[in-house]
Amino acid sequence: MELNYARRGDFMIKKEMIAMLLAGGQGSRLGVLTSNLAKPAVAFGGKYKIIDFPLSNCINSGVDTVGVLTQYRPLRLNQHIGIGIPWDLDRNIGGVTVLPPYEKSNNSEWYTGTANAIYQNLEFIDYYNPDYVLILSGDHIYKMDYEHMLEYHKSCNADITLATYEVPWEEASRFGVVIADDNGVISEFEEKPANPRSNKASMGIYIFSWKVLREALVALKDQPECDFGKHVIPYCHGNGKKVCAYDFKGYWKDVGTLGSYWEANMELVDIIPEFNLYEEFWKIYTKSDAIPPQYIDASGKVSRCIIGEGTEIYGDVENSVIGSCVTIGEGAVIRNSIIMNGVTIGDGAVIDKAIIAENVEVGKNAHLGVGEEAVNEMKPAVYAFGLVTIGENSVIPDGVSIGKNTAIYGKTEPSDYPDGALKSGGSIIKAGE
Amino acid sequence: MRALGIILAGGNSNKLGDLSAKRAVAAMPITGGYRAIDFALSNMTNSHIQKVAVFTQYNTRSLNEHLNSSKWWDFGRKQGGLYIFTPTITAANSYWYKGTADALYQNINFLKESHEPYVVIASGDGIYKMDYNKLLEEHISKGADITIACKDIAPEEDDINRFGVLKMDTDGRIIDFEEKPLVAGTNTASIGVYVIRRRQLIELLETCANEGRNDFVKDILVRYKSVKKIYGYKIDTYWRNIGTVDSYYKANMDFLKKDVRNYFFRQHPDIYSKVEDLPPAKYNDGAVVNNSLIASGCIINGTVENSVLFKKVYVGDNCIIRNSIILNDVHIGDNSVIENCIVESRDTLRANTVYQGTPDEIKIVSEKNFRYAL
Repeated sequence: MELNYARRGDFMIKKEMIAMLLAGGQGSRLGVLTSNLAKPAVAFGGKYKIIDFPLSNCINSGVDTVGVLTQYRPLRLNQHIGIGIPWDLDRNIGGVTVLPPYEKSNNSEWYTGTANAIYQNLEFIDYYNPDYVLILSGDHIYKMDYEHMLEYHKSCNADITLATYEVPWEEASRFGVVIADDNGVISEFEEKPANPRSNKASMGIYIFSWKVLREALVALKDQPECDFGKHVIPYCHGNGKKVCAYDFKGYWKDVGTLGSYWEANMELVDIIPEFNLYEEFWKIYTKSDAIPPQYIDASGKVSRCIIGEGTEIYGDVENSVIGSCVTIGEGAVIRNSIIMNGVTIGDGAVIDKAIIAENVEVGKNAHLGVGEEAVNEMKPAVYAFGLVTIGENSVIPDGVSIGKNTAIYGKTEPSDYPDGALKSGGSIIKAGE
Repeated sequence: MRALGIILAGGNSNKLGDLSAKRAVAAMPITGGYRAIDFALSNMTNSHIQKVAVFTQYNTRSLNEHLNSSKWWDFGRKQGGLYIFTPTITAANSYWYKGTADALYQNINFLKESHEPYVVIASGDGIYKMDYNKLLEEHISKGADITIACKDIAPEEDDINRFGVLKMDTDGRIIDFEEKPLVAGTNTASIGVYVIRRRQLIELLETCANEGRNDFVKDILVRYKSVKKIYGYKIDTYWRNIGTVDSYYKANMDFLKKDVRNYFFRQHPDIYSKVEDLPPAKYNDGAVVNNSLIASGCIINGTVENSVLFKKVYVGDNCIIRNSIILNDVHIGDNSVIENCIVESRDTLRANTVYQGTPDEIKIVSEKNFRYAL
C-alpha cells in the first residue's frame, strides 16, 4: 500500500516529528532483573513496564510514529510491544516499528553506540520524511508532552533541543550538565564535572531538526561507538548549530540502579504521589492480559500499597507495590517490597525490602531481608541499598532465611542454603549465562 | 468453522429495576472487571467460533460502547468478525424487533449468506463458561434438529419459574417444554443456549414469520417440541442468569468464593473483556479490606467488607461498606455507611450519608449528585 502512495504522486508520506526510542541497553546495574531481558522491559509500578512511559508519552503527545531500537535480549520487549495495540500505535502509516540491528552486504555490525544505532536506520527515518526527530531512551519514569518541547524548539529556532532537569547541586557531578544563558541557548557541556557550574542535567531526550541530525550522522559515520552525548552534540555545537535547553519541571526519575528503581516504586504508594498514575488526561498504557478484580481475604490486610489485577491477598501487605496475578499466602507479611506479576508467596513467609521479579515462587515460612547489612561479595556496587533481589522464575525453598544485599536467580534447592540461610552479601546464581 | 454464533442481547428485564434503566441486561457490569456479555463472547471465541452476531435493541448505548472494538475477544479477523444488528427501517418493514425470532428474521440475509452449517445461539445475560463444540458434537451425534443446553436449578440458587422448564426422556429428548410456568414440573431450566442447523433455522424462521409469530422460545421451541427432534444437553458447571436484582447480587457475591474465582479467573480458558488501562488499585492508610473484590483504578481509604467494588471506585476516609456492590466510577465521600446496597455506576455519594438495605431486600442507590460540587 505504501508503495502505491509513493508512486501515485498525489500523496507523500510526511510526519512532522517521529520518535526513535533507544531500548537496546542491558542496564547491568539492575543485576538479575535484566539477566534475561532489556531494561525497558523491566516491570514498574505493579502492572507497567519501564518502556510504557515513553511510549505512552509519545501517543499522548501526538507522536504516532516510533522506531524502537532493540539489541540486548529483545524477546520480552518484542512480545510486549507487538504491533503496538495497547498504545494505539498500530497504524496504517507510522505506528511502532521494532528496529533490531541487521546484516548488510558489507560492514555488518551491532549497534555500537546510541547515534550509530540511529545512523543504521537512516532509511527508516527518511521514509517518513520528518522535519524533526525526537530521541528518547527507554529507562526513565516521567510524563512529558513532547509537543510542548517541539513548540519550544521551534520558537527558539534551535537546531537541537535538549531536555534538562534541575538536580540538587550536590548530585550535579553525577550527570552531564549544560551551561545555558537566559534564553536557554547552551554555551557549554560538562560531563560529570567535579565542580559543576550548573545543575541543569541533560535527561537524554533530544529534538533534532532532521537535516542537522542527518548531516551529523553521515559525517560521523566512521566514528567508533558514535554516541549522542559524546560525539553528535559536540560536533553540531562545534559547527555553530544552535543548541537549546528545554527546562523540564515535572517528575522525572532515572531508574538505572536497584536503589533508585526501588525508591521510585515506593513513591507510588504515597498518599498523593508526586508521580500520579490516576490522572485521566495523561494515561499510561500497557499490554495487560489480566482483567479479573483483585481479592482481599478476611485473613488479609492491606495498607499503603498498590495492587494489580487478579491478585489474591491472604496475608499482610504494607508499603509495597504488588503486580497482577500474584498470590500472597496466609500469614505472609510483605513490607517495603516490589512484587511483580505472577509471583506466589507461600504461607507464613516474611519479606522485607525485596524486589521479586515475575513468576517467582517463594516457599512457606521463608524469611527475606533479615539481619544486618553486609557488602555484596559478587557485585558490591549493584546489590547494595539493603535490598534482596530475586530474578524471574526463581524458586526459593520453604523455610530458608535470606539476608540483605543479596541476589538470587534460578531454581534454588534447600542444599543451596548452608544451615538454611543465605547470609547478607551472598548470592546464588543458577540461571542465565 | 462449523458454526456461526448469535448472541441475543436485546432484552430489558424489569426485574433488574433501576439498574436496567440505562443499559441492556447484557451490558450489566459483573464481578468488578467484566460485562455480562463478555461470558458469551469469550465462550464463542474460546470455542473457535469466529463469526458472531449480537442482536440488540433495548438501551444499546452502553452495550455499543462496550463492543466498539472487536479486538478484545479476538474477533477483528478477515475470516469472520463481530456483527451488531440493531433494528433498522427498510423498504419491507419499519418495526422494532417484535421478538427474538423476528430479530433473526429481519436479518435473515445474514444467515442465508453465511456458509457455516450450524448456528450456536446464546443469550447475553448468562454467567458461565462453556465449550460450545461439545454441545455441537452432542447435537450431531444425536441427530437432533435443535439441542438446548440446560441445567438443574436448586431452589436456593434461583427461582425455577422464571426460566424455560424442560422435561427429558432417558435419551435426553425433550418431551415437555414450558416457558416460565406457574408450577414447574421439573427443576431443569433451559440456559438459553441452542444449536440448530443453519438451513433448519432459516426454514423455521420463515414459517414463523409467515404465521405472524415472533418469539424463538414460544413460537419455535415450545411449538415444535413434539414435531422436531429437540434434545437437552445438561451441564453441571457454574451457570447463573442475572435477570433479577437478587440473582445479579448473588452472581457478584459468588465470586467471593475461592472455587468460583479459580474456575473463572485461574483456569483455562480465560474470559476476555474490554481493557481500560486503569492504574493498579491503591490502598492508603486507614484502608481495611476484608473478603472483597476490588477492581483496578480504585482508591480505598476506608473499610470494605464482603463487597465487590468495580473499576475506579473512590472510598473516602472512615467509610464503611458492607455486603454491597459498587459499580464503576463511583465516588463515596468521607464517613459514609453503605450496607446491603447496589450503587449505580458513575454516581457520587456525599460525605456523611447512610444507605442501608437488608439482606432480603437489597437497596439500589442512584443519587445522580454532581461530583465536583462536593
